Amino acid sequence: MNIYKFELKMLKSSILIWGLAIPLSLFMYLAFYPTISADTSAFDALMENYPEELLAFFGMRPELPMSSLPGYLTITFGMMQIPIAIQAANYGIAMLSVEEREMTADFLLSKPISRTKILISKFLASFTSLTIVNIAFAGATLLAIQLFKGDATIEMNHIYLLLTTTVFFQLFFVSIGMLISVSVKKVESVISYSMALGFGLYIVFGLKSTVGTGFLAYLSPYAYFEPAEILINGTYNLVYTIICSFVIVSSFVLSYVLYKRRNIHSL
Amino acid sequence: MNAIEFNDLTKYYGKVRGCENINFQVKEGEIFGFIGPNGAGKSTTIRTMLSLIYPTSGSVTIFGKDAIKYGSEVRKDIGYLPSEIFYYDRMKVIDLLKYSASFYDHDCTDRIHELSEIMELDLNRKIQDLSYGNKKKVGIVQGLLHSPKLIVLDEPTSGLDPLMQQKFFNLIVEENKKGATVLFSSHILSEVQQLCNRVAIIKDGNIVSIQDVKAMKRDNYKKFTIRGEDLNHGKFQVEGVTELKVREDKVTFFFKGDVNQIVKIIAELKLTDIIVEEPTLEEIFMHYYE
Repeated sequence: MNIYKFELKMLKSSILIWGLAIPLSLFMYLAFYPTISADTSAFDALMENYPEELLAFFGMRPELPMSSLPGYLTITFGMMQIPIAIQAANYGIAMLSVEEREMTADFLLSKPISRTKILISKFLASFTSLTIVNIAFAGATLLAIQLFKGDATIEMNHIYLLLTTTVFFQLFFVSIGMLISVSVKKVESVISYSMALGFGLYIVFGLKSTVGTGFLAYLSPYAYFEPAEILINGTYNLVYTIICSFVIVSSFVLSYVLYKRRNIHSL
Repeated sequence: MNAIEFNDLTKYYGKVRGCENINFQVKEGEIFGFIGPNGAGKSTTIRTMLSLIYPTSGSVTIFGKDAIKYGSEVRKDIGYLPSEIFYYDRMKVIDLLKYSASFYDHDCTDRIHELSEIMELDLNRKIQDLSYGNKKKVGIVQGLLHSPKLIVLDEPTSGLDPLMQQKFFNLIVEENKKGATVLFSSHILSEVQQLCNRVAIIKDGNIVSIQDVKAMKRDNYKKFTIRGEDLNHGKFQVEGVTELKVREDKVTFFFKGDVNQIVKIIAELKLTDIIVEEPTLEEIFMHYYE
């Protein structure tokens, strides 16, 4: 419990920054929606000028024109997934490597507490932080939809479902981040890893949508919970959900095993 | 009962040797020195006690319990002061110490204040604002605040001024009198001699000798360097002198035995300078193991 509290305290300013930045960005994006919906046809005409592949790269579908609220949400929500991914990856990568990087491992690991407990406490602290941001994000999304939807209709159940995907999404990046951090000898810079993960997998997803090759979708969590899919069909894709859960659980277990066995070197 | 037992402890980092077949026991209530040059394997050996590092083969038992298997239980009784001190920089000293104390079952508040007073540590400063020596003090208080039964010190004195070093030594002796066992690792022979009952000497990953410090003092070599005129007369070839190097203007040698003997010889000479010093650890090694 003491580690949990301590870690949460260490994450305080990070929670504040991400927790404000992500929800506010989405809120501001959605604030433009009334302008777009005011002149749907003009906006659709504008979007037609862009090549289809480019729109597909950003997760747009022909069935969901950007001038519709679900269509607009597809692209804005998709954009917000990137910082959400980076934050989660950040926490995952830093969680078990921060002690070694900042040389505090000797302090923490020489205390009468097992590495299992350390890992669980740290994970829970990170997960709590992510959940706080997640709740703020969901709140901002719902509020913005209510404020800016105008007379557009939207299936609220689909929105709720879309918002729950963030939990899976965050867990995916946290667990992959943890696995990376205990697999490499030393993490010199957390942000370079997390940016690479967050953007890299987004590009994989974009390529999949653009060139239409199916197998790439299995590689990117952005494709597992594609906002367009969920807003059109209103369900999770079962196969992707299973893959995602499998990746989360196995990375977590593997990270645990590797962390348990890790040698902590002195300077 | 033995406080620490190393049983054939071996650690390899891939192909690189950390330590090999370490075998020795530290008795309860002892202040045990652990000495060797940098890179000899002192830290590796010590870190296995805290399961910071897992042995390749062999084992360590602390108060009869396997240090790896019962890691967290064993660590309740250990106070550890690492050689390099780094803490969560943005924290205040007192918050760090309280965090440290929160890992132990009993209340350590009084002890924190007592120790900080002895070590003249300002509890309200931020750790990042502290000098190296002051960080070291945080480390000392942090390592002792739960009144551990076993104190493990890995080169603890670097960065402490002589006055503080003395206070620190007094503190360790006091803890020892209260019953704590101490394992003191160092590469400085004189501090080990000052404090310890017995000492293990490690070289290239192997324990080469375990010595009684009193006996070692008796066996102590002194290194003489003498400058003057007409020194090449063979007078220094007496019993106890080794490594003798004689030139007209300079003589160096090691001596073990009654120093009065040498003083008598020197008294008859016309000297410009004389240096009598403790041999370095390397030189001791040369003498013990050649």
